[in-house]
Amino acid sequence: MKPVIVTKGITKTYQPDTIPVHALRGVDLTIDEGEFVAIVGPSGSGKTTLLNIIGGLDRPSAGYIEVGGKDISKFSDNALIDFRRDHIGFVFQAYNLIPVLTALENVEFVMLLQQLPKEKRNQRAMELLHAVGLDDKVNKRPIELSGGQQQRVAVARALASKPAFVLADEPTANLDSVSTGQLLDIMANLNQEEQMTFVFSTHDQRVIDRAHRVITLEDGKIISDRKGHV
Amino acid sequence: MLLSLAWRNIWRNKRRTLITAASVLFAVLFSSVMQSIQHGTWDHMVDNVVNYYYGYLQIQGKKFWDDRSIDEVIDRQTLLEKLPEGFKNSYPLVPRLESFALASAGNRTQGALMIGIDPEAENALTGLKGRISKGDYWQSSPEGILVGEGLAENFKIDVGDTLIFLSQGYHGANAIGEYPVRGLIHFASPDLSKTMVYLHLEDAQQFYATGDQITSLVVGLKDKEELPGAIKALHSDLDTATYAVKDWQEMMPELMQAKEMDTASANVILIILYIIISFGIFGTILMMTKDRQYELGVLLSIGMRRMQLFGMMWMEVVMIGLVGVAMGFLISVPLVKYLSLHPFQMTGEYAKAYEKFGAEPIIPPAFDWNIFSWQVLFVFVITTVLAFYPFWVIRKMKPVEAMRL
Ligand SMILES: Nc1ncnc2c1ncn2[C@@H]1O[C@H](COP(=O)(O)OP(=O)(O)O)[C@@H](O)[C@H]1O
Ligand SMILES: [Mg+2]
Repeated sequence: MKPVIVTKGITKTYQPDTIPVHALRGVDLTIDEGEFVAIVGPSGSGKTTLLNIIGGLDRPSAGYIEVGGKDISKFSDNALIDFRRDHIGFVFQAYNLIPVLTALENVEFVMLLQQLPKEKRNQRAMELLHAVGLDDKVNKRPIELSGGQQQRVAVARALASKPAFVLADEPTANLDSVSTGQLLDIMANLNQEEQMTFVFSTHDQRVIDRAHRVITLEDGKIISDRKGHV
Repeated sequence: MLLSLAWRNIWRNKRRTLITAASVLFAVLFSSVMQSIQHGTWDHMVDNVVNYYYGYLQIQGKKFWDDRSIDEVIDRQTLLEKLPEGFKNSYPLVPRLESFALASAGNRTQGALMIGIDPEAENALTGLKGRISKGDYWQSSPEGILVGEGLAENFKIDVGDTLIFLSQGYHGANAIGEYPVRGLIHFASPDLSKTMVYLHLEDAQQFYATGDQITSLVVGLKDKEELPGAIKALHSDLDTATYAVKDWQEMMPELMQAKEMDTASANVILIILYIIISFGIFGTILMMTKDRQYELGVLLSIGMRRMQLFGMMWMEVVMIGLVGVAMGFLISVPLVKYLSLHPFQMTGEYAKAYEKFGAEPIIPPAFDWNIFSWQVLFVFVITTVLAFYPFWVIRKMKPVEAMRL
């Protein structure tokens, strides 16, 4: 299997000048194409920091990082933005969507930034909304959707640019158990059928149980890395 | 879609957008009405003075304007021959011989401006005949003079009475003459009313002993627009050592100065107004940028470039400004149009100030699209400049920090 994410000795220290906070203390990690990975650990263990660094939203204090075969630490600001647009799908904890755009337009948005023609954008956005079970909500604004539906639109948007992998930082933290189950079903399904790689953080046991690989962080270090669940 | 996104974004906070647009509306309304009145007033005043007496363009003896001496006359026939081809057919040419004289009747004496005119040409240019309040305009006979009502009042004389004039004539000759008053002329300006005396050009030439000479020839242009062409033609054909070509601005320096000062102080008011409005718009921009930190962070995260983000914010700011301009136009265009068709009458001090310049005391606001297009440009520039704030915020924005809840 081809690795899509490789990190070696990643550290991240916040406020290095005053009271340093060591959010990550040397993380070595390889995630292969098609994996379905949960990053778990108590609050403050460094999950968000790690995902941000992998996603090119933040830079490590030290260490090596390779995403999709590229050393993104050397990218310029615009190159990094374009890289995120073209190769990484993001799902945040909440408020993912542009409030004034419909579900369809939100999904189309990334493709618009990629300057795909209208036809293509529209077709793919419809397919993706179908895949997340929202055919009947395409013209709804985020405010008209439930939290679970909004997160599903966010997943559809994350997939719009056909990224190498999807990063989701606690995507179910604001959802009830039914919506959590639905979102996980959809993600697992996309992973199964399309070999889409998912890396998500969580501290919800029901979510952890669905992962194929569970990486546990504590105090900025990986303390366990279990594979096996199918 | 970016455009439609920006448009939808500005209506997320309807109240804020409307309040901001309303402040622009107010600025547009205030400044376009004020400028229309201002331009209209000055145009009206200039037109008045120009049409009342000066005309847009005069040809004079070289030093006449500065010296006002009867010796600075020019030969009428020679000048007419030297005029550019076609001038005689294109424009009315109105000859005058004017100089100061002492007028007296009974035991009273005062200064007067005696103007020898060609009644027909003069009337065509200035509508002098229409301003006669008593008596007639040389219809029944060619003799006699027309005097301002104020002057008649000073002398306590009326139509049919006689005035004696004394002055220095051409090359030191004694000028003395006695003329019956055949009519009174109404002047809005009390100063003019007290000093103006019109008589036949031939009578004036005889009085001043100039022969067929004149002090000035008014070229009756219809419009200021014709001025540059006419001046150019005159300069190439006339000997500038003998003749001076004066346009209305040169003949009315005080008026021009007053106009410039008035315009400058009006502009200061407008600038202050727009600065105040700018603060309001800036407040809105601050809130717009702050409220949407998280969202801007998301957009940056999912791959929208900083310039694209900025472009969106810029469009939003400009759109709010233009919505205000559009609303301002909706009110001010018909309003100014209406006012320009229904000028209002002035009273009190203002009316007096007008009359001083010989102008009718009315305000006819000018309807000029330029005034409106300047507003668009102004608001566009202001909003664009203010949009540098989000530019600056977005430029250094870090998605992770923007999205920290
Ligand atoms: N911008 C920051 N400045 C200072 N400390 C930070 C910052 N972001 C995170 N931290 C700290 O880094 C550690 C890891 O945080 P985070 O990655 O958010 O953990 P998790 O997502 O697992 O809760 C925590 O101690 C947190 O307080
Ligand atoms: Mg976190």
